[in-house]
Amino acid sequence: MADVAAPAQQHDEHQTTTGLPNTKLAMWVFLASECLLFGALISAYVLYRGRDETGPFPSDVFDIPYTSVSSFVLLASSLTMVLALAAAQKLDVQRMRLWLLTTALLGMSFVGGQVYEFTLFHEEGLAIDTNLFGTTFYTLTGFHGVHVTVGILMLLSLVGMSIAQRLPPDAAFPVEMVGLYWHFVDIVWIVIFTVVYLIPTPAPGG
Amino acid sequence: MAETEERATAPHTPGHAGSHPSAREYVRIGLILAVLTGLEVTASYLDVSGAILIPTLYVLSIIKFLLVVMWFMHLKFDDRRYSRFFVMGLAGAATLYLIVLISFRVFGG
Repeated sequence: MADVAAPAQQHDEHQTTTGLPNTKLAMWVFLASECLLFGALISAYVLYRGRDETGPFPSDVFDIPYTSVSSFVLLASSLTMVLALAAAQKLDVQRMRLWLLTTALLGMSFVGGQVYEFTLFHEEGLAIDTNLFGTTFYTLTGFHGVHVTVGILMLLSLVGMSIAQRLPPDAAFPVEMVGLYWHFVDIVWIVIFTVVYLIPTPAPGG
Repeated sequence: MAETEERATAPHTPGHAGSHPSAREYVRIGLILAVLTGLEVTASYLDVSGAILIPTLYVLSIIKFLLVVMWFMHLKFDDRRYSRFFVMGLAGAATLYLIVLISFRVFGG
């Protein structure tokens, strides 16, 4: 049974000098800067794609069905994140915690899958210094994996703070901020999945 | 229950233009995203030329990107200034991407 707290109260705690909450504005500016980071990493991957003379090449190591499942998992985590926000906006604390925890677990599955994938690739001879593909692939997907891991820590912190009753009565705002970050790592993966995994790589040396 | 009644009450924060979608709407968007991902994976296995496949994959990817940004990140419902900040970052990233690729003649072979 869900805990339904008292009706939402108007909060004047959202500091603003622009008419927009500073925290939320800062989060969007941060995400805009993150676009530049991942733009650079994706550019580097595309730039060096298909320029290796020695393998392993993407077609030697990629397992598209496996990565597709990982992509579904990350997309599902975005859905559970917004469901957590919807529950927080309804002041349904129990359901909010449940969806936040589910999102964290889905994120852990994704990162676990990535670690497993990296291990397999390494066993097949692809290290970060093996060739251009290895360097750009591990750097790009590694940075993304670190971002997902940070998101998981933020989600677990939210759950912990909620259990410790250290969240404000209207928890929707912090949940929304963490959600923005989480959805951002999801949209970055949407691009990585297409550009890195699905678009065919030119023939070696081409 | 009517869908309009289900719409979640948005937090009363400044710069918030409208109500956020309901849980049902979120699930609907999630299903659309799953179907689009399925289409992407299926398309990648089809024996079609890169001239058709690559634009198709990019279009599907852009649709998914926009669905998450507009609905899950609420840019469709929030103050337009948030969108402007994000678009500035995206435009910067796209410019960087194009300059790098053009500088190294990726398009010219």
